[in-house]
Amino acid sequence: MVTVLEMQEGKLGIISSINGGVGLQKKLENMGISKGAEIFKISRQWLKGPVIIRHGNTELAIGYNMAMKIMVDII
Amino acid sequence: MKILLIGNPNVGKSVVFNRLSGVDVISSNYAGTTVDVTRGYITINKFRHELIDVPGIYSTEPSCKAEEIAIDLISEGDVLINVVDATNLERSLNLTLQLIRYNKPIIIALNMIDEINHIGISINIDLLSKLLQVECIPVCAITGEGINHLVNKIPQSEPSNYAYTDKERWNEVGKILSQVQTVKYKHHSFAKTLRDASVKPITGIPFLVIVLMVMFLLIRVIGESLINYFFSPLFEKFWSPIMLYLSGLIQNNTFLHDLLIGKLSNGQIDYGDSFGLLTTGLYVPIGSVLPYVFAFYLVLSIMEDSGYLPRAAVMVDNIMHKMGLHGLAIIPMLLGLGCNVPGALSTRLLETRKEKFIASTLLSIAVPCMALQAMLFGMLGEYGIKGLGIVFVTLFLVWLIIGFLLRRIIKGTSPEIFLEIPPYRIPFFKGMFKKVFTRVRWFLKEAVPFVLLGVLIANLLYTSGILEIIARFTEPVFVYLLGLPKEASGALIMGFLRKDLAVGMLLPLSLSLRQLIVASVVLAMYFPCVATFSVLLKELGIKDMLKSTLVMLISTLIVGTVLNYILILLLN
Ligand SMILES: Nc1nc2c(ncn2[C@@H]2O[C@H](COP(=O)(O)OP(=O)(O)OP(=O)(O)O)[C@@H](O)[C@H]2O)c(=O)[nH]1
Ligand SMILES: [Mg+2]
Repeated sequence: MVTVLEMQEGKLGIISSINGGVGLQKKLENMGISKGAEIFKISRQWLKGPVIIRHGNTELAIGYNMAMKIMVDII
Repeated sequence: MKILLIGNPNVGKSVVFNRLSGVDVISSNYAGTTVDVTRGYITINKFRHELIDVPGIYSTEPSCKAEEIAIDLISEGDVLINVVDATNLERSLNLTLQLIRYNKPIIIALNMIDEINHIGISINIDLLSKLLQVECIPVCAITGEGINHLVNKIPQSEPSNYAYTDKERWNEVGKILSQVQTVKYKHHSFAKTLRDASVKPITGIPFLVIVLMVMFLLIRVIGESLINYFFSPLFEKFWSPIMLYLSGLIQNNTFLHDLLIGKLSNGQIDYGDSFGLLTTGLYVPIGSVLPYVFAFYLVLSIMEDSGYLPRAAVMVDNIMHKMGLHGLAIIPMLLGLGCNVPGALSTRLLETRKEKFIASTLLSIAVPCMALQAMLFGMLGEYGIKGLGIVFVTLFLVWLIIGFLLRRIIKGTSPEIFLEIPPYRIPFFKGMFKKVFTRVRWFLKEAVPFVLLGVLIANLLYTSGILEIIARFTEPVFVYLLGLPKEASGALIMGFLRKDLAVGMLLPLSLSLRQLIVASVVLAMYFPCVATFSVLLKELGIKDMLKSTLVMLISTLIVGTVLNYILILLLN
């Protein structure tokens, strides 16, 4: 289990938990991303910049700290 | 009857609205294009109904001002048209289920139906309608396919009886999805590779630099060509003779002549500094600014509609974060380079008061609009890169430094970026040109009256001697701190009303290069134009706007003074 921040670019993973507040969980949920959802990591920006992930046909940029709070199991 | 267009951001609500009502609204390929409510009318079976375009929402719980506006509206509606992105069914259905709870007649416009095949998705639309107990009409808003069918079905729409518990909502979405949608993944398409490459730092940063350079080059070339081959000849060949004729009619040196035509130079009209309502007052907005505004919006539209803009936002997010903003704030800044007014409006995309304050203040201080840029070129153009370069570099540094400071000073939070990135789309040219013209028209409607009013008030202030009095009081600041001649104080006071007039008054003073640079920077920084000011006042409220104005004035004094002394050392 790793955070989305540490997850390697170009890998698929299944979300095992989201440790952020209710706000983050809600925002992600609105995008269809919650526990059990499959996500693909596209890239991570330099200097604590955002992480870009894909879920289904949705691409999403999330902040550095948010990415630290999402745990995934790599598949 | 009130009909609302409700749906996730970037699903094509505004294009549908345009199709149904004929009213031009701006649509672009990123989430959050519409931040306000537009009303239009639609006639169904000879009855006229109100149709409302609403900002996009992800759920019925708001997370920013634009979403709040949208959600408050839902209860006002009599019929909901739920616009759904067929390529993103999962997320859309989550909202649909929430909308069903409002118990209003509802109908689904299943948009972007043209895109599903090549992505590898197929949808059983009849089954979807049956499961949701909501009529689903496949449409392609940009070509208009299915739109007539949608209109015909609106009167028959009914509330759905679909029942679920909130906890189970996502499960319900999943259940429906598994029955109606089949996805055949197409691996590693070229489009996907391009999408990914533009958000990876190694490839994405050079790409961003190239895109920005090409953008500015294009704006210059298009704007200049329009001026040289169209607007200049138009004014010189057609307008000047008319003005000279008029001048002969009302006689030189009378009050009316000064007001309408201004001063002639050697019996000819000099649009730069004649100061008449019909000469300078028209030439500035139309002859010298409009061409650049047009060029700017054309180029920006390509960025917007292709879907590159949100990617640019992601690439600059880390820098913006240091200023208490996030990447999305690039949108107000870029829009502001064209005209600060739409820039100021688009700060609604930002979530917190702190972010809005910082973005608005930075926009007013350090983002010169096309009109201002044209003036700066007019003042410093002959010195080439030496003069203009210093001004633009100073403004950029000021933007960074003030942002950096405000982030520390202003209370409140700056949330991290959370931004959906749309697929690349080939700009749909008819829509794009419509958008450019809508914006240009808007600029003319907003800007021209303000210029004329400004010229008028300025004329009155000048002839009544009031300007003189204020100028005398503020003189020491301009002379001792900023190193400008004392006549410049009148000009810069005038600049609060109209910057172009200020420029016109500064030019005859034969300022040195140092003075020109300082005056340019001061002019750019100290106050936004009257139109922008009034929008910001509405957006920020009086208290914050006062604070923001204070930041503008103080930072202008500091930057102007420091720059003055640095330049004394450098240039002499
Ligand atoms: N391929 C395709 N593109 C479409 C269709 N409808 C809209 N678009 C494009 O989708 C993008 C978004 O359209 P908008 O109308 O701005 O979306 P919106 O729902 O109003 O978005 P917000 O105002 O941000 O909530 C634009 O680039 C449109 O050109 C369609 O049927 N097919
Ligand atoms: Mg819209």
